[in-house]
Amino acid sequence: MQLQQMYQEIILDHYKRPHGRGLRDPYDAESFQVNPTCGDEVTLRVHVVDDVVTDVSYDGQGCSISQASTSVLTDLVVGKPVGEAFKKMDAFVELMQGRGQIEPDEDVLEDGIAFAGVAKYPARVKCALLGWMAFKDAVSRSQGAKTA
Amino acid sequence: MTTTAAPLDVTALRADFPILSRTVRDGKRLVYLDSGATSQRPTQVLDAERTFLQTANAAVHRGAHQLSEEATDAYENARARIADFIGAQFDEVVFTKNATEGVNLVAYAMGNAATSGPEAARFLIGPGDEIVITEMEHHANLVPWQQLAQRTGATLRWFGVTPEGRLDLSDLDSLITDRTKVVAFAHQSNVLGTVNPVSVLVDAARRVGALTVLDACQSVPHGPVNFGALGVDFAVFSGHKMLGPSGVGVLYGRRELLATLPPFLTGGSMIELVRMEGSTFAPPPARFEAGVPMTSQAVGLGAAVDYLRVVGMERIAAHEHVLTAAALEGLGAVPGVRIIGPTSTENRGGAVSFVIDGVHPHDAGQVLDSLGIAVRVGHHCAWPLHRALGVPASVRASFYLYNSLDEVDALVSGVREAQRFFGVA
Repeated sequence: MQLQQMYQEIILDHYKRPHGRGLRDPYDAESFQVNPTCGDEVTLRVHVVDDVVTDVSYDGQGCSISQASTSVLTDLVVGKPVGEAFKKMDAFVELMQGRGQIEPDEDVLEDGIAFAGVAKYPARVKCALLGWMAFKDAVSRSQGAKTA
Repeated sequence: MTTTAAPLDVTALRADFPILSRTVRDGKRLVYLDSGATSQRPTQVLDAERTFLQTANAAVHRGAHQLSEEATDAYENARARIADFIGAQFDEVVFTKNATEGVNLVAYAMGNAATSGPEAARFLIGPGDEIVITEMEHHANLVPWQQLAQRTGATLRWFGVTPEGRLDLSDLDSLITDRTKVVAFAHQSNVLGTVNPVSVLVDAARRVGALTVLDACQSVPHGPVNFGALGVDFAVFSGHKMLGPSGVGVLYGRRELLATLPPFLTGGSMIELVRMEGSTFAPPPARFEAGVPMTSQAVGLGAAVDYLRVVGMERIAAHEHVLTAAALEGLGAVPGVRIIGPTSTENRGGAVSFVIDGVHPHDAGQVLDSLGIAVRVGHHCAWPLHRALGVPASVRASFYLYNSLDEVDALVSGVREAQRFFGVA
Protein backbone atom coordinates (compact mmCIF):
# COMPACT_ATOMS: atom_id res chain seq x y z
CA MET A 1 0.00 0.00 0.00
CA GLN A 2 1.31 3.43 -0.97
CA LEU A 3 0.63 4.93 2.41
CA GLN A 4 3.02 2.55 4.20
CA GLN A 5 5.67 3.25 1.58
CA MET A 6 5.51 6.89 2.51
CA TYR A 7 5.04 6.59 6.24
CA GLN A 8 7.84 4.13 6.99
CA GLU A 9 8.02 2.90 10.58
CA ILE A 10 11.25 4.86 10.99
CA ILE A 11 9.41 8.08 10.17
CA LEU A 12 6.56 7.34 12.55
CA ASP A 13 9.07 6.46 15.30
CA HIS A 14 10.90 9.74 14.90
CA TYR A 15 7.55 11.57 14.84
CA LYS A 16 6.35 9.98 18.07
CA ARG A 17 9.74 10.04 19.82
CA PRO A 18 11.71 12.91 18.29
CA HIS A 19 15.46 13.14 18.90
CA GLY A 20 17.06 16.34 20.13
CA ARG A 21 13.83 18.25 20.41
CA GLY A 22 13.61 21.41 22.54
CA LEU A 23 15.56 24.67 22.30
CA ARG A 24 18.87 24.68 24.15
CA ASP A 25 21.77 26.93 25.08
CA PRO A 26 24.48 27.57 24.13
CA TYR A 27 23.93 28.31 20.45
CA ASP A 28 25.47 30.55 17.82
CA ALA A 29 22.56 31.19 15.53
CA GLU A 30 18.88 30.49 15.22
CA SER A 31 16.62 30.20 12.19
CA PHE A 32 12.84 30.34 11.96
CA GLN A 33 11.35 28.69 8.90
CA VAL A 34 7.75 28.38 7.91
CA ASN A 35 5.91 26.56 5.16
CA PRO A 36 3.44 29.20 3.93
CA THR A 37 1.13 26.70 2.31
CA CYS A 38 0.35 24.77 5.48
CA GLY A 39 1.64 26.91 8.34
CA ASP A 40 4.16 24.35 9.60
CA GLU A 41 7.01 26.04 11.40
CA VAL A 42 10.32 25.26 13.00
CA THR A 43 12.75 27.26 15.09
CA LEU A 44 16.20 25.68 15.00
CA ARG A 45 19.45 26.55 16.75
CA VAL A 46 22.96 25.44 15.94
CA HIS A 47 26.06 25.46 18.07
CA VAL A 48 29.27 25.18 16.06
CA VAL A 49 32.63 24.80 17.81
CA ASP A 50 35.85 24.64 15.78
CA ASP A 51 33.82 24.02 12.64
CA VAL A 52 32.05 21.05 14.19
CA VAL A 53 28.28 21.00 14.72
CA THR A 54 28.16 20.29 18.43
CA ASP A 55 24.44 20.79 18.96
CA VAL A 56 21.23 21.25 17.02
CA SER A 57 18.14 22.03 19.03
CA TYR A 58 14.70 22.86 17.71
CA ASP A 59 11.07 23.44 18.41
CA GLY A 60 8.08 23.79 16.15
CA GLN A 61 4.86 22.28 15.04
CA GLY A 62 3.96 20.47 11.94
CA CYS A 63 3.13 17.22 10.25
CA SER A 64 4.83 13.89 10.86
CA ILE A 65 7.07 14.36 7.85
CA SER A 66 8.46 17.76 8.87
CA GLN A 67 8.90 16.74 12.49
CA ALA A 68 10.48 13.36 11.75
CA SER A 69 12.88 14.76 9.18
CA THR A 70 14.12 17.38 11.65
CA SER A 71 14.63 14.63 14.22
CA VAL A 72 16.64 12.60 11.69
CA LEU A 73 18.62 15.73 10.86
CA THR A 74 19.92 16.00 14.40
CA ASP A 75 21.10 12.38 14.28
CA LEU A 76 22.91 13.00 11.02
CA VAL A 77 24.71 16.26 11.68
CA VAL A 78 25.47 16.57 15.39
CA GLY A 79 29.14 15.80 15.99
CA LYS A 80 30.04 16.21 12.30
CA PRO A 81 32.23 18.89 10.72
CA VAL A 82 30.14 21.51 8.95
CA GLY A 83 31.41 20.36 5.53
CA GLU A 84 30.28 16.78 6.14
CA ALA A 85 26.95 17.94 7.54
CA PHE A 86 26.35 19.96 4.39
CA LYS A 87 27.22 16.94 2.24
CA LYS A 88 24.52 14.98 4.06
CA MET A 89 22.14 17.86 3.57
CA ASP A 90 22.88 17.94 -0.15
CA ALA A 91 22.29 14.20 -0.39
CA PHE A 92 18.98 14.53 1.46
CA VAL A 93 17.84 17.45 -0.70
CA GLU A 94 18.78 15.51 -3.84
CA LEU A 95 16.82 12.49 -2.60
CA MET A 96 13.76 14.63 -1.84
CA GLN A 97 13.82 16.39 -5.18
CA GLY A 98 14.34 13.16 -7.10
CA ARG A 99 10.65 12.30 -7.57
CA GLY A 100 11.37 8.86 -6.17
CA GLN A 101 13.93 8.04 -8.86
CA ILE A 102 17.04 8.24 -6.67
CA GLU A 103 18.47 5.31 -4.74
CA PRO A 104 19.57 6.73 -1.38
CA ASP A 105 22.93 5.83 0.19
CA GLU A 106 22.30 4.46 3.68
CA ASP A 107 25.92 5.09 4.70
CA VAL A 108 25.34 8.80 4.16
CA LEU A 109 21.72 9.28 5.12
CA GLU A 110 21.11 6.51 7.71
CA ASP A 111 17.46 6.85 8.87
CA GLY A 112 17.07 9.55 6.23
CA ILE A 113 16.66 6.87 3.55
CA ALA A 114 13.17 6.26 4.95
CA PHE A 115 12.07 9.49 3.27
CA ALA A 116 12.62 8.07 -0.23
CA GLY A 117 8.87 7.37 -0.48
CA VAL A 118 8.00 10.96 0.46
CA ALA A 119 9.85 12.17 -2.64
CA LYS A 120 7.04 10.71 -4.75
CA TYR A 121 4.63 13.28 -3.30
CA PRO A 122 5.68 16.75 -4.51
CA ALA A 123 3.37 18.46 -2.02
CA ARG A 124 5.22 16.84 0.88
CA VAL A 125 8.79 17.51 -0.20
CA LYS A 126 8.67 20.96 1.37
CA CYS A 127 7.61 19.35 4.66
CA ALA A 128 10.64 17.08 4.63
CA LEU A 129 13.00 19.95 3.86
CA LEU A 130 11.67 22.48 6.39
CA GLY A 131 14.12 21.60 9.18
CA TRP A 132 17.00 21.29 6.73
CA MET A 133 16.36 24.77 5.36
CA ALA A 134 16.47 26.05 8.93
CA PHE A 135 19.74 24.19 9.53
CA LYS A 136 21.34 25.62 6.40
CA ASP A 137 20.21 29.12 7.29
CA ALA A 138 21.31 28.86 10.93
CA VAL A 139 24.79 27.56 10.03
CA SER A 140 25.31 30.29 7.47
CA ARG A 141 24.21 32.85 10.04
CA SER A 142 26.62 31.40 12.59
CA GLN A 143 29.45 31.57 10.08
CA GLY A 144 28.47 35.13 9.15
CA ALA A 145 28.46 36.09 12.82
CA LYS A 146 31.93 34.62 13.34
CA THR A 147 33.56 36.31 10.37
CA ALA A 148 31.89 39.63 11.10
CA MET B 1 -33.11 26.32 3.95
CA THR B 2 -36.54 25.03 2.96
CA THR B 3 -37.67 24.26 -0.48
CA THR B 4 -40.57 22.48 -2.05
CA ALA B 5 -38.59 21.55 -5.14
CA ALA B 6 -37.58 17.95 -5.70
CA PRO B 7 -34.16 17.00 -4.34
CA LEU B 8 -31.21 16.86 -6.71
CA ASP B 9 -30.62 13.74 -8.73
CA VAL B 10 -26.91 13.58 -7.98
CA THR B 11 -26.29 10.50 -10.10
CA ALA B 12 -27.73 12.21 -13.17
CA LEU B 13 -25.88 15.44 -12.43
CA ARG B 14 -22.56 13.69 -12.07
CA ALA B 15 -22.80 12.48 -15.65
CA ASP B 16 -22.21 16.11 -16.67
CA PHE B 17 -18.85 16.14 -14.87
CA PRO B 18 -16.50 13.70 -16.63
CA ILE B 19 -13.67 14.22 -14.15
CA LEU B 20 -15.76 12.82 -11.33
CA SER B 21 -15.74 9.37 -12.89
CA ARG B 22 -11.97 9.04 -12.96
CA THR B 23 -10.01 7.08 -10.41
CA VAL B 24 -6.99 8.17 -8.40
CA ARG B 25 -4.22 6.49 -6.38
CA ASP B 26 -4.32 2.96 -7.78
CA GLY B 27 -7.92 2.73 -8.85
CA LYS B 28 -9.69 4.46 -5.98
CA ARG B 29 -12.96 6.16 -6.85
CA LEU B 30 -12.43 9.93 -6.70
CA VAL B 31 -14.31 11.58 -3.85
CA TYR B 32 -13.91 15.27 -4.59
CA LEU B 33 -14.51 17.33 -1.46
CA ASP B 34 -12.48 20.40 -2.37
CA SER B 35 -14.95 22.55 -4.28
CA GLY B 36 -14.32 25.41 -1.85
CA ALA B 37 -10.88 25.67 -3.48
CA THR B 38 -12.06 25.06 -7.01
CA SER B 39 -15.12 23.37 -8.44
CA GLN B 40 -15.28 20.94 -11.35
CA ARG B 41 -16.77 21.98 -14.68
CA PRO B 42 -19.66 20.36 -16.49
CA THR B 43 -19.42 19.51 -20.19
CA GLN B 44 -21.93 22.32 -20.86
CA VAL B 45 -19.32 24.86 -19.71
CA LEU B 46 -16.48 23.16 -21.56
CA ASP B 47 -18.61 22.98 -24.71
CA ALA B 48 -19.55 26.66 -24.49
CA GLU B 49 -15.89 27.64 -24.34
CA ARG B 50 -14.94 25.34 -27.19
CA THR B 51 -17.84 26.41 -29.38
CA PHE B 52 -17.01 30.05 -28.83
CA LEU B 53 -13.36 29.47 -29.71
CA GLN B 54 -14.24 27.39 -32.75
CA THR B 55 -16.82 29.75 -34.18
CA ALA B 56 -16.56 33.30 -32.88
CA ASN B 57 -13.16 33.96 -31.32
CA ALA B 58 -11.88 37.50 -31.76
CA ALA B 59 -10.71 40.40 -29.62
CA VAL B 60 -13.84 42.03 -28.20
CA HIS B 61 -14.75 45.71 -28.45
CA ARG B 62 -12.38 46.34 -31.33
CA GLY B 63 -12.29 45.40 -35.00
CA ALA B 64 -14.92 45.95 -37.67
CA HIS B 65 -15.29 42.35 -38.73
CA GLN B 66 -18.04 39.86 -38.13
CA LEU B 67 -16.08 37.67 -35.73
CA SER B 68 -15.33 40.67 -33.55
CA GLU B 69 -19.02 41.54 -33.49
CA GLU B 70 -20.01 38.01 -32.55
CA ALA B 71 -17.30 37.74 -29.91
CA THR B 72 -18.38 41.05 -28.38
CA ASP B 73 -21.99 39.89 -28.35
CA ALA B 74 -21.04 36.63 -26.64
CA TYR B 75 -18.95 38.48 -24.05
CA GLU B 76 -21.58 41.10 -23.29
CA ASN B 77 -24.35 38.55 -23.34
CA ALA B 78 -22.50 36.55 -20.68
CA ARG B 79 -22.18 39.73 -18.62
CA ALA B 80 -25.93 40.34 -18.84
CA ARG B 81 -26.80 36.78 -17.75
CA ILE B 82 -24.32 36.90 -14.87
CA ALA B 83 -25.70 40.28 -13.79
CA ASP B 84 -29.21 38.89 -13.79
CA PHE B 85 -28.03 35.88 -11.76
CA ILE B 86 -26.74 38.10 -8.92
CA GLY B 87 -29.45 40.77 -8.92
CA ALA B 88 -27.37 43.43 -10.68
CA GLN B 89 -27.61 45.65 -13.75
CA PHE B 90 -25.34 44.66 -16.65
CA ASP B 91 -23.10 47.70 -16.15
CA GLU B 92 -22.61 46.84 -12.50
CA VAL B 93 -20.64 43.72 -13.46
CA VAL B 94 -16.91 44.12 -14.08
CA PHE B 95 -14.94 41.11 -15.30
CA THR B 96 -11.68 40.57 -13.43
CA LYS B 97 -9.28 37.67 -13.54
CA ASN B 98 -10.55 36.42 -10.17
CA ALA B 99 -12.05 37.64 -6.91
CA THR B 100 -8.62 38.58 -5.56
CA GLU B 101 -8.19 41.03 -8.40
CA GLY B 102 -11.65 42.41 -7.67
CA VAL B 103 -10.72 43.28 -4.08
CA ASN B 104 -7.41 44.75 -5.23
CA LEU B 105 -9.25 46.78 -7.85
CA VAL B 106 -11.40 48.48 -5.20
CA ALA B 107 -8.48 48.94 -2.80
CA TYR B 108 -6.14 50.42 -5.40
CA ALA B 109 -8.88 52.54 -6.95
CA MET B 110 -9.56 54.04 -3.52
CA GLY B 111 -5.87 54.72 -3.14
CA ASN B 112 -5.96 56.50 -6.50
CA ALA B 113 -8.77 58.81 -5.35
CA ALA B 114 -6.22 61.23 -3.85
CA THR B 115 -4.84 61.97 -7.32
CA SER B 116 -8.19 61.95 -9.12
CA GLY B 117 -10.75 64.69 -9.62
CA PRO B 118 -13.31 65.96 -7.09
CA GLU B 119 -15.85 63.39 -8.32
CA ALA B 120 -13.78 60.71 -6.56
CA ALA B 121 -13.94 62.43 -3.16
CA ARG B 122 -16.29 59.69 -1.94
CA PHE B 123 -13.35 57.26 -2.05
CA LEU B 124 -10.65 59.38 -0.40
CA ILE B 125 -8.85 57.59 2.40
CA GLY B 126 -5.93 58.67 4.56
CA PRO B 127 -4.58 59.11 8.07
CA GLY B 128 -7.36 59.07 10.66
CA ASP B 129 -9.61 56.95 8.46
CA GLU B 130 -10.29 53.32 9.30
CA ILE B 131 -10.77 50.15 7.32
CA VAL B 132 -12.72 47.45 9.15
CA ILE B 133 -12.42 43.77 8.22
CA THR B 134 -12.86 40.53 10.17
CA GLU B 135 -10.50 37.99 11.61
CA MET B 136 -12.15 35.24 9.55
CA GLU B 137 -11.24 36.77 6.19
CA HIS B 138 -9.49 34.87 3.44
CA HIS B 139 -6.11 36.49 2.75
CA ALA B 140 -7.64 37.88 -0.47
CA ASN B 141 -9.93 40.13 1.56
CA LEU B 142 -7.28 40.91 4.16
CA VAL B 143 -3.88 41.61 2.64
CA PRO B 144 -5.15 44.17 0.06
CA TRP B 145 -6.70 46.18 2.93
CA GLN B 146 -3.53 45.95 5.03
CA GLN B 147 -1.66 47.25 2.03
CA LEU B 148 -4.14 50.07 1.38
CA ALA B 149 -3.79 51.12 5.03
CA GLN B 150 -0.01 51.07 4.68
CA ARG B 151 -0.04 53.14 1.51
CA THR B 152 -2.49 55.74 2.73
CA GLY B 153 -1.84 55.96 6.47
CA ALA B 154 -5.32 54.68 7.28
CA THR B 155 -5.79 52.26 10.19
CA LEU B 156 -6.87 48.64 9.81
CA ARG B 157 -9.27 47.29 12.44
CA TRP B 158 -11.16 44.03 12.64
CA PHE B 159 -13.97 42.08 14.20
CA GLY B 160 -12.92 39.05 16.22
CA VAL B 161 -14.40 35.59 16.04
CA THR B 162 -16.21 33.74 18.84
CA PRO B 163 -14.92 30.32 19.92
CA GLU B 164 -17.86 28.80 18.03
CA GLY B 165 -16.67 30.47 14.84
CA ARG B 166 -19.25 33.25 14.58
CA LEU B 167 -18.47 36.89 14.02
CA ASP B 168 -18.10 38.64 17.38
CA LEU B 169 -20.38 41.65 16.97
CA SER B 170 -20.13 42.76 20.60
CA ASP B 171 -17.90 45.70 19.68
CA LEU B 172 -19.86 46.69 16.58
CA ASP B 173 -20.43 50.24 17.82
CA SER B 174 -16.82 50.87 18.73
CA LEU B 175 -15.50 49.35 15.49
CA ILE B 176 -17.78 50.98 12.95
CA THR B 177 -17.62 54.71 13.62
CA ASP B 178 -17.47 58.04 11.83
CA ARG B 179 -13.84 57.24 11.05
CA THR B 180 -14.74 54.07 9.11
CA LYS B 181 -14.35 54.35 5.35
CA VAL B 182 -14.68 50.69 4.38
CA VAL B 183 -16.20 47.58 5.90
CA ALA B 184 -15.00 44.47 4.06
CA PHE B 185 -16.15 41.00 5.05
CA ALA B 186 -16.89 37.50 3.83
CA HIS B 187 -20.45 36.51 3.08
CA GLN B 188 -19.58 32.94 4.03
CA SER B 189 -16.30 31.91 5.64
CA ASN B 190 -14.24 29.58 3.47
CA VAL B 191 -13.04 27.76 6.60
CA LEU B 192 -15.87 27.87 9.13
CA GLY B 193 -18.81 27.79 6.77
CA THR B 194 -20.25 30.62 8.88
CA VAL B 195 -22.68 32.87 7.01
CA ASN B 196 -22.23 36.40 8.27
CA PRO B 197 -25.09 38.79 9.04
CA VAL B 198 -24.78 41.02 5.98
CA SER B 199 -27.68 43.29 6.90
CA VAL B 200 -26.28 44.09 10.36
CA LEU B 201 -22.93 45.14 8.87
CA VAL B 202 -24.46 46.96 5.92
CA ASP B 203 -26.79 48.93 8.22
CA ALA B 204 -23.93 49.87 10.53
CA ALA B 205 -21.73 50.93 7.61
CA ARG B 206 -24.52 52.97 6.05
CA ARG B 207 -25.16 54.83 9.30
CA VAL B 208 -21.61 56.18 9.19
CA GLY B 209 -21.32 56.54 5.43
CA ALA B 210 -18.77 53.73 5.02
CA LEU B 211 -18.51 51.59 1.91
CA THR B 212 -19.17 47.85 2.12
CA VAL B 213 -17.19 45.22 0.22
CA LEU B 214 -18.51 41.66 0.30
CA ASP B 215 -16.36 38.62 -0.43
CA ALA B 216 -19.00 36.40 -2.01
CA CYS B 217 -16.69 33.64 -3.28
CA GLN B 218 -18.27 31.04 -1.04
CA SER B 219 -21.87 32.23 -1.27
CA VAL B 220 -22.67 32.98 -4.92
CA PRO B 221 -21.80 29.41 -6.05
CA HIS B 222 -23.89 27.74 -3.35
CA GLY B 223 -27.22 29.50 -3.02
CA PRO B 224 -29.40 32.35 -4.24
CA VAL B 225 -27.58 35.68 -3.77
CA ASN B 226 -28.94 39.07 -4.79
CA PHE B 227 -26.46 41.89 -4.27
CA GLY B 228 -29.07 44.53 -4.99
CA ALA B 229 -31.25 43.17 -2.19
CA LEU B 230 -28.30 42.76 0.19
CA GLY B 231 -27.49 46.43 -0.30
CA VAL B 232 -23.72 46.00 -0.42
CA ASP B 233 -21.68 48.57 -2.33
CA PHE B 234 -19.16 46.17 -3.84
CA ALA B 235 -18.89 42.39 -4.01
CA VAL B 236 -16.49 39.92 -5.59
CA PHE B 237 -16.58 36.27 -6.62
CA SER B 238 -14.59 33.86 -8.80
CA GLY B 239 -15.78 31.86 -11.79
CA HIS B 240 -13.83 28.70 -11.02
CA LYS B 241 -15.62 28.14 -7.72
CA MET B 242 -19.03 28.07 -9.46
CA LEU B 243 -18.50 25.51 -12.24
CA GLY B 244 -16.92 28.14 -14.48
CA PRO B 245 -13.42 28.56 -15.89
CA SER B 246 -10.44 29.88 -13.99
CA GLY B 247 -9.13 33.26 -15.10
CA VAL B 248 -12.45 35.03 -14.76
CA GLY B 249 -14.08 36.63 -11.76
CA VAL B 250 -16.55 39.39 -11.12
CA LEU B 251 -16.49 42.67 -9.28
CA TYR B 252 -19.98 43.93 -8.62
CA GLY B 253 -20.30 47.63 -7.84
CA ARG B 254 -23.38 49.77 -7.40
CA ARG B 255 -23.85 51.81 -10.55
CA GLU B 256 -23.49 55.25 -8.92
CA LEU B 257 -20.28 54.18 -7.19
CA LEU B 258 -18.63 52.65 -10.25
CA ALA B 259 -19.51 55.86 -12.08
CA THR B 260 -17.04 57.85 -9.97
CA LEU B 261 -14.55 55.18 -8.85
CA PRO B 262 -11.09 55.96 -10.27
CA PRO B 263 -9.50 53.30 -12.48
CA PHE B 264 -7.07 50.67 -11.22
CA LEU B 265 -5.40 49.08 -14.28
CA THR B 266 -5.07 51.47 -17.18
CA GLY B 267 -4.36 51.02 -20.90
CA GLY B 268 -6.36 50.05 -23.93
CA SER B 269 -10.16 49.59 -23.91
CA MET B 270 -10.67 51.60 -20.73
CA ILE B 271 -10.17 55.06 -22.23
CA GLU B 272 -12.45 57.69 -23.64
CA LEU B 273 -9.85 60.02 -25.13
CA VAL B 274 -6.07 59.79 -25.12
CA ARG B 275 -3.71 62.68 -25.81
CA MET B 276 -0.02 62.81 -25.05
CA GLU B 277 -0.76 65.24 -22.22
CA GLY B 278 -3.41 63.11 -20.52
CA SER B 279 -6.42 60.82 -20.91
CA THR B 280 -10.03 60.52 -19.93
CA PHE B 281 -11.73 57.26 -19.16
CA ALA B 282 -14.63 55.22 -20.47
CA PRO B 283 -17.75 54.77 -18.37
CA PRO B 284 -18.01 51.54 -16.33
CA PRO B 285 -17.70 48.65 -16.73
CA ALA B 286 -15.20 49.31 -19.56
CA ARG B 287 -13.21 51.70 -17.33
CA PHE B 288 -12.20 48.73 -15.20
CA GLU B 289 -11.43 46.28 -18.01
CA ALA B 290 -8.13 47.45 -19.45
CA GLY B 291 -6.62 45.43 -22.27
CA VAL B 292 -8.15 42.62 -24.31
CA PRO B 293 -10.19 40.77 -21.69
CA MET B 294 -10.58 37.06 -21.07
CA THR B 295 -13.34 36.09 -23.44
CA SER B 296 -13.88 32.35 -23.66
CA GLN B 297 -13.68 32.34 -19.87
CA ALA B 298 -16.45 34.93 -19.59
CA VAL B 299 -18.52 32.92 -22.06
CA GLY B 300 -17.83 29.81 -19.97
CA LEU B 301 -18.92 31.59 -16.81
CA GLY B 302 -22.11 32.61 -18.57
CA ALA B 303 -22.71 28.94 -19.37
CA ALA B 304 -21.98 28.00 -15.73
CA VAL B 305 -24.61 30.47 -14.56
CA ASP B 306 -27.08 28.98 -17.05
CA TYR B 307 -26.30 25.52 -15.73
CA LEU B 308 -26.73 26.58 -12.09
CA ARG B 309 -30.04 28.28 -12.93
CA VAL B 310 -31.43 25.16 -14.56
CA VAL B 311 -30.49 23.07 -11.53
CA GLY B 312 -31.80 25.80 -9.22
CA MET B 313 -29.86 27.65 -6.55
CA GLU B 314 -32.48 26.90 -3.88
CA ARG B 315 -32.16 23.20 -4.60
CA ILE B 316 -28.37 23.38 -4.54
CA ALA B 317 -28.45 25.14 -1.18
CA ALA B 318 -30.91 22.57 0.19
CA HIS B 319 -28.75 19.71 -1.08
CA GLU B 320 -25.58 21.10 0.49
CA HIS B 321 -27.50 21.67 3.70
CA VAL B 322 -28.24 17.94 3.88
CA LEU B 323 -24.59 17.05 3.18
CA THR B 324 -23.34 19.55 5.76
CA ALA B 325 -25.70 18.24 8.43
CA ALA B 326 -24.53 14.68 7.71
CA ALA B 327 -20.87 15.69 7.86
CA LEU B 328 -21.31 17.60 11.12
CA GLU B 329 -23.12 14.66 12.64
CA GLY B 330 -20.77 12.01 11.26
CA LEU B 331 -17.54 13.78 12.14
CA GLY B 332 -18.95 15.03 15.43
CA ALA B 333 -19.52 11.43 16.48
CA VAL B 334 -15.87 10.48 16.01
CA PRO B 335 -13.98 10.78 19.32
CA GLY B 336 -10.96 13.05 18.99
CA VAL B 337 -12.40 15.04 16.10
CA ARG B 338 -13.20 18.69 16.67
CA ILE B 339 -15.16 20.81 14.20
CA ILE B 340 -13.67 24.26 13.57
CA GLY B 341 -16.77 26.38 13.11
CA PRO B 342 -20.44 26.17 13.99
CA THR B 343 -21.65 22.68 14.79
CA SER B 344 -25.23 23.51 13.81
CA THR B 345 -26.36 24.11 10.25
CA GLU B 346 -28.01 27.42 11.10
CA ASN B 347 -26.55 30.24 8.99
CA ARG B 348 -23.89 27.86 7.84
CA GLY B 349 -22.72 26.65 4.47
CA GLY B 350 -20.99 23.55 3.24
CA ALA B 351 -17.37 24.08 4.25
CA VAL B 352 -16.62 21.76 7.16
CA SER B 353 -13.20 22.15 8.75
CA PHE B 354 -11.90 20.01 11.57
CA VAL B 355 -8.87 18.85 13.49
CA ILE B 356 -8.07 15.34 14.70
CA ASP B 357 -6.27 14.92 18.01
CA GLY B 358 -2.86 13.40 17.41
CA VAL B 359 -3.04 13.52 13.62
CA HIS B 360 -1.67 16.58 11.87
CA PRO B 361 -4.02 17.86 9.12
CA HIS B 362 -1.37 17.29 6.47
CA ASP B 363 -1.05 13.66 7.53
CA ALA B 364 -4.82 13.24 7.69
CA GLY B 365 -5.07 14.65 4.17
CA GLN B 366 -2.47 12.14 2.99
CA VAL B 367 -4.43 9.21 4.41
CA LEU B 368 -7.65 10.53 2.86
CA ASP B 369 -5.86 10.99 -0.46
CA SER B 370 -4.69 7.38 -0.36
CA LEU B 371 -8.39 6.48 -0.17
CA GLY B 372 -9.24 8.71 -3.14
CA ILE B 373 -10.71 11.49 -1.01
CA ALA B 374 -9.61 15.00 -2.02
CA VAL B 375 -9.75 17.56 0.80
CA ARG B 376 -7.88 20.76 1.57
CA VAL B 377 -5.36 20.84 4.42
CA GLY B 378 -3.48 23.74 5.94
CA HIS B 379 -4.77 27.17 6.86
CA HIS B 380 -6.85 27.60 3.70
CA CYS B 381 -5.54 31.14 3.13
CA ALA B 382 -7.00 32.18 6.49
CA TRP B 383 -3.97 32.11 8.72
CA PRO B 384 -5.09 34.75 11.24
CA LEU B 385 -8.36 32.88 11.70
CA HIS B 386 -6.54 29.65 12.53
CA ARG B 387 -4.29 31.52 14.94
CA ALA B 388 -7.34 33.09 16.61
CA LEU B 389 -8.94 29.67 17.07
CA GLY B 390 -5.72 28.21 18.44
CA VAL B 391 -5.08 25.64 15.71
CA PRO B 392 -2.12 25.76 13.35
CA ALA B 393 -4.00 24.13 10.51
CA SER B 394 -7.11 22.13 9.76
CA VAL B 395 -8.65 19.66 7.33
CA ARG B 396 -11.46 21.06 5.22
CA ALA B 397 -14.11 19.17 3.32
CA SER B 398 -16.25 21.38 1.10
CA PHE B 399 -19.33 20.24 -0.74
CA TYR B 400 -21.11 21.10 -3.95
CA LEU B 401 -24.10 20.04 -5.96
CA TYR B 402 -22.38 16.91 -7.31
CA ASN B 403 -21.48 15.44 -3.91
CA SER B 404 -23.48 12.64 -2.34
CA LEU B 405 -24.19 11.34 1.14
CA ASP B 406 -22.05 8.29 0.27
CA GLU B 407 -19.13 10.65 -0.08
CA VAL B 408 -19.78 12.14 3.33
CA ASP B 409 -19.73 8.59 4.72
CA ALA B 410 -16.45 7.95 2.90
CA LEU B 411 -14.99 11.06 4.53
CA VAL B 412 -16.02 9.98 8.01
CA SER B 413 -14.62 6.47 7.62
CA GLY B 414 -11.48 7.96 6.08
CA VAL B 415 -11.00 10.07 9.20
CA ARG B 416 -11.34 6.95 11.34
CA GLU B 417 -8.78 5.24 9.11
CA ALA B 418 -6.37 8.15 9.65
CA GLN B 419 -6.79 7.73 13.40
CA ARG B 420 -6.08 4.00 13.15
CA PHE B 421 -3.06 4.58 10.92
CA PHE B 422 -1.50 7.03 13.34
CA GLY B 423 -2.44 4.92 16.34
CA VAL B 424 -4.70 7.40 18.08
CA ALA B 425 -7.90 5.34 18.00
